[in-house]
Amino acid sequence: MLETLIDTLFLKTHNTRLVVLGVTFLGAAAGLIGSFLLLRKQSLLGDALSHATLPGIGIAFAVMTALGMNGRSLPGLLLGATITGLLGVLGVLAIRRTTKLKDDAAMGIVLSVFFGLGIAILGMVQKIPGQSSAGLESFIYGKTASMIEADFILIAITLTISVFVSLLIIKELTLLCFDSNFASTEGWPVLVLDILLMGLVTAVTVVGLQSVGLILIIAFLITPATAARFWTHQLRHMLWLAAIIGAVSGWLGASISALYPNFPAGAIIVITAAAIFLISMIFGRAQGVFPRYLRHRQLQKKVGRQHLLRSTYEILENSQESKPLKNLAIPLELLRKHRYWAKGELSKLIRQARAEDHIERQPSGELRLSESGFGEASRITRNHRLWEMYLITHADIAPSHVDRDADMVEHLLGAEIVHQLEAELELSKSTIESPHVI
Amino acid sequence: MNINDFHIITVGVLCAMACALPGIFLLLRRMSMMGDAISHAVLPGLAIAFLVSGSRTSWGMFFGAAVAGVLTALFTQWITKFGKVERGAAMGIVFTTLFAIGLLIIEQGAGNVDLDAGCVLYGALEYTPLHLVTLFESETLIWQIPHAAMVVGTTLLFNIIIITLFYKELTVASFDPGLAETQGFHPKVIHYLLMTMVAVTTVAAFEAVGSIIVIAMLIVPPATAFLLTHKLPVLIGMSLALAALAAILGHLSSQALPTLVGLPETTSSGMMATMSGFLFLLAWLFGPQGLVKRNTGELIEPD
Repeated sequence: MLETLIDTLFLKTHNTRLVVLGVTFLGAAAGLIGSFLLLRKQSLLGDALSHATLPGIGIAFAVMTALGMNGRSLPGLLLGATITGLLGVLGVLAIRRTTKLKDDAAMGIVLSVFFGLGIAILGMVQKIPGQSSAGLESFIYGKTASMIEADFILIAITLTISVFVSLLIIKELTLLCFDSNFASTEGWPVLVLDILLMGLVTAVTVVGLQSVGLILIIAFLITPATAARFWTHQLRHMLWLAAIIGAVSGWLGASISALYPNFPAGAIIVITAAAIFLISMIFGRAQGVFPRYLRHRQLQKKVGRQHLLRSTYEILENSQESKPLKNLAIPLELLRKHRYWAKGELSKLIRQARAEDHIERQPSGELRLSESGFGEASRITRNHRLWEMYLITHADIAPSHVDRDADMVEHLLGAEIVHQLEAELELSKSTIESPHVI
Repeated sequence: MNINDFHIITVGVLCAMACALPGIFLLLRRMSMMGDAISHAVLPGLAIAFLVSGSRTSWGMFFGAAVAGVLTALFTQWITKFGKVERGAAMGIVFTTLFAIGLLIIEQGAGNVDLDAGCVLYGALEYTPLHLVTLFESETLIWQIPHAAMVVGTTLLFNIIIITLFYKELTVASFDPGLAETQGFHPKVIHYLLMTMVAVTTVAAFEAVGSIIVIAMLIVPPATAFLLTHKLPVLIGMSLALAALAAILGHLSSQALPTLVGLPETTSSGMMATMSGFLFLLAWLFGPQGLVKRNTGELIEPD
C-alpha cells in the first residue's frame, strides 16, 4: 500500500500522473494569484466568482445541446462559466462603485443571485429530453479522477498564461494591492488593473472547477496565500511560498484521492491546505502567533528591566544631595511605590534582575545595585532623559506628557541612535538632569 | 394555482422573511458573507449528527448544524484576532475547511447513508407539500400546513422575538460598537447572539427548503432596502416585504417563465433567489440614488 502511495506521489503510476500533475499546477497558480487577492483584501471574491460560473455552465449546456453538439464538451462549458463568472465579478465592481453598499454585500448579492439562477437553469436543462446532463453537478463538488489529457493540456495552457501575465505586470499588481489610491493618483489605470486581476482569478477558478469543484477552489485561492503571509513580509517570497503551499496541497490531495476512492480530492486538498495554514498561523516566522508572542515577551522583559533599573537610579538621585552618586541600598517598599508596581510584578522583575547580576539583596532585605547594574542603570536613565529632551526640543511634546512617550519609544532605540541624539543635543555630561519632576 | 403552489409559496415567504431579519444586522455590520459561510460550514455538523442519530429530521441534526454554524463564527473571530488575518480571508478558510471535512465524512459513510451534499445544499422546496401536519381538524374542515412551514414559521417568530427584545442593543452594537461597550451592552455578547441567530435560521431553513434561498434572502432583500431608505425601522419593514415579494414572484416565475421558451418548470428556490436579485436590480437602477436617475439628474449643479 505504501509503495503504491509513493509511486503515485512521485508520478510513477501512469493512470494518475496527469491528474496529480494537473492539480499540482493548479495549486501553484491559485496560490500565486490568490496572494494578490489577499493583499487586495478581496479574498472572498473567488467565492462570488466561483458561484457565478454556475449559470454559465447551464446556459452553455443548453446552447450546445440546441445547436446539436455534445452538451458536455468541456471547452464549451468552461467558456460559458468564464463569461458569467466575469459578469459576476464586473457586477461586484459595479455595485461597489455605484452604491453605498460595501464589498461584502456586493459579493453576497452576486454570489447568491447568480448561484440561484444557475440552480434554476440547471433545473430546466436537466429535464431536456435526449441529452444526458448528468455530471453537470460535478462542477459543484469537482471530479478530479475524470481528468483526461485534453483537460490537462487546457489546465497547463491556462495556468502558464495566467502565471506569465501576473509576473509580467507584477509591479503594477503590487502597487494596486498595497496602495490603490496612490496608484490612481499616479495615473495608473486602477480599474483596468483590477479587471485584469479578476480575469486572472477567473481563469484559475474556471479551470479549477472541473477538478476541485466550485466551493473548494475558493480554498485554493485563499488558504495557501494566507498561510504564506505568516512567514514573510516580502511580496516576492510570499508569492513563491503561496505557490509552493498550493502545489503541495494539490499534489498530496490528488495523490491520496487517486488511491482511495472515498477520499474526494477537493476535500483532501482543502484539509491539507488548512493544516499548513494552521501550522503557519502558529509558527510562521513573520506573523505567526507563537513567534509574535515570543517577541512580545522579550520586549516586555526588556522594558521591565529598564524600568526597574531606572527607578532604582532615580531613587538614589532623589535621596542624595552630593554628586557623584553613591550606590546605597534601598528598601523594597520605596521602590514599589516609585512606579506603583504590583507586588508580584516587582518581585518577578527583581528575580530577573538578580539572575542578570544587576541587583543584589542585602541581608537586611533591602536592595542594592551591583556594580554592573549601577553602570547599566545610569546608562538607561541617561538615555531616557536624552529622549525626553529630544521629545521636548525637537518633537514639541508638552513636558507633562514626555515621560510616557519616552517610555514608549526609548525601548526601541539602538545604541547608534542614542549616540546621534547625544551629539545632536550636545549633552555629553555624564549625568543629565531630568527635564521634569520625577 | 393549486393548493401545492399555495403551500410552497407559504413556506417560501416565511423562510424569506425569517432570513431577512438577521440579514439586516449582518449587512449593517458588513458581515453579509457570514450567511454564505455558515450555510456551507454546517455540513460536518449535519453529517456527524446524521451518522450518530441515523435519521434526517431529528433535533440532533438541527443541533449539530447549529453548533457547526456558531463554531464558524467563533473560528473566524479567532483567526482574525490572533492571526491578524483579514476577516474575509479568515471566513473563507474556515468555511471551506469545514465544508471539506463534511464532504469527507459523508463520503466515508456514503455506502450506508442516505445523505448527499446535493440535497443539503438545494433542499427540496418542491417536496414540502408532501409532508403535511394537521393543525386543526373537524368534521367539515381540515386545516393542514406543510411541516416545513411550521419549522420556518417558528424560526421567524423566534427571530422577531429576539430582535424585539434586543432591538436597542443590536442597533447600537451594529452602528457603534464603542458606544455599545461604554453603555454596558457587551458588543461581543450581541455579536454571538446574532451569529447564533444566523446559524439557527440557516439550519432551520436549510432543512426545510435548502441553502440557496437562505443565502440569498439573508443578503439581497436587506441590501435592496438599504438602497431605498436610511431609517432602520423602515429598512426592516421593507426588507421583510421585499423578501416575501421575491418568494412569491420566484415561485410563480419558476412555473411560468420556462414554459414561455418551451422548457419544463424549474426549481422554485433557484428562481426565488433570482427574483430577489431582479428586485435588487430594479432598486439599483431606479431607486432614489439609482443609476438612471443619477445620469439624468443635474450632475453639474454647484453647491
